[in-house]
Amino acid sequence: MTAYAYYPGCSLETLGQAYHLSALEVMRALDVELREVEDWNCCGATAYFHIDEILAYTLCARNLALAERTGLDLVAPCAGCFKNLHAAAHVLQRDADLAEHINDALAADGLRTTGRVRVRHLIEVLVEDVGLDRIRARVQVPLTGLRVAPYYGCQVVRPQRTGEAAEDVHFYEDLLTAVGATPVAYADRLRCCGGSLIATQRPVALSLVHELIASASASGAHVIVTLCPLCQINLECYQGQAREAFDGPGPVPVLYVTQVVGLALGIPPRRLGIGRELVRADAIVSACRRTAPAGRAAALSGAERMR
Amino acid sequence: MARSLSFSDEIANLLHAADPNPVQACIQCGTCSASCPVAAFMDHSPRQLIAMIRAGQRDAVLRSNTFWTCASCYQCTVRCPAGIDIAYLMYGLKRYTVWRNRYAPGLIGPDFSRRFMRMIVRTGRSWEPALAPAYLGRGGWRGMLAEMRMAAALVLRGRMPLWPRWIRRRRALREILRHIVPVGGRA
Repeated sequence: MTAYAYYPGCSLETLGQAYHLSALEVMRALDVELREVEDWNCCGATAYFHIDEILAYTLCARNLALAERTGLDLVAPCAGCFKNLHAAAHVLQRDADLAEHINDALAADGLRTTGRVRVRHLIEVLVEDVGLDRIRARVQVPLTGLRVAPYYGCQVVRPQRTGEAAEDVHFYEDLLTAVGATPVAYADRLRCCGGSLIATQRPVALSLVHELIASASASGAHVIVTLCPLCQINLECYQGQAREAFDGPGPVPVLYVTQVVGLALGIPPRRLGIGRELVRADAIVSACRRTAPAGRAAALSGAERMR
Repeated sequence: MARSLSFSDEIANLLHAADPNPVQACIQCGTCSASCPVAAFMDHSPRQLIAMIRAGQRDAVLRSNTFWTCASCYQCTVRCPAGIDIAYLMYGLKRYTVWRNRYAPGLIGPDFSRRFMRMIVRTGRSWEPALAPAYLGRGGWRGMLAEMRMAAALVLRGRMPLWPRWIRRRRALREILRHIVPVGGRA
């Protein structure tokens, strides 16, 4: 069994609990152990970086130091946490003066980091380390007929990749294909969900949410899958407000990647945190579970009519 | 002879710590503005803002809502043919205006970020219910109603714990942060 240091991040203790539950279940089913970092703190999100960069990097550095003690790679399921921790590790390695300054501060609590801990997003671990072949071999309920809109969002991809490498990504589609689902092509897969503007500039964020839902919906997606708790919250919890404001399309469920992969691995929906949605995903889930692949297409189009 | 720093140099220095090129490298191609998903909501597009910085229009730049409207999606950064980290520039301008306490009136962003920072320093982790109430009134009574309805639904679905989770070593975290900014006083 492979092990990783696991950084859930604040959202996975509150609105994104289902991501936490399903990540643990899926990784366990794939013989990967996630060991939660002891007493981790907030990564700084975007807000802390708006006030002071060095303090924000220090928040990240404390987590890196705690993870570094384990000698394991550090995995984060939240795209925002991943980007912050990844960037902090990079900066600490590149800027020796800053690293020394921050390490002096960390020493107040007996901590130290080199910044050499490898920071990974959960989907990287699934695709690169576990591997699509092993996932394919573990599939119990192929999600045949399920049309899924893979939503990359921003920070799993950017700014780590630039130029063509930031546009021409397909690891998410590959993963969904490996569990038998049909990833749909739609224009907005790499477009921003609004992030924390949902708190600070609501109308702007709602317009982005609306465009994304409309784009995925027009491609015939039964469900949108996300890699980030903030994307999930914006696209799901604020979908109703966006629909009212912009006269948008009917409800589209929004699940986490680990919930969809978990269903394919035969993990019971409840253990994946399914049932906590504001936009119900029950019809999709029962169509996937109870129906043989042949009858599923019909059941899913029925589910689509229901919503 | 000493000369005073131009506004454009000052802003270029905000990028000094990062890998990328300074704003002076901008070729005004507009790829950033075309890639920006929220440009329509900005009073100046990212390309315009960079031109204004280079023209030394300090007051107009600081008054602009452009950088506070940036959601940090990095689409501009990864596409810029001149290698300018534009999203990082937006972060730099946010910090610059917070530091100078000068930004467009009516913005929630600066206040939200300050509250967020204070919450983390106090508890070590973020907990949404501590932040939301301050802005409940912003959407009028209908907005407030929608927000309360959503909060109730989230609590019922078990997605909103009514008690925050704090880190154990809160004092130690504050002690660490005090070593970065030596403000004095007890940890």
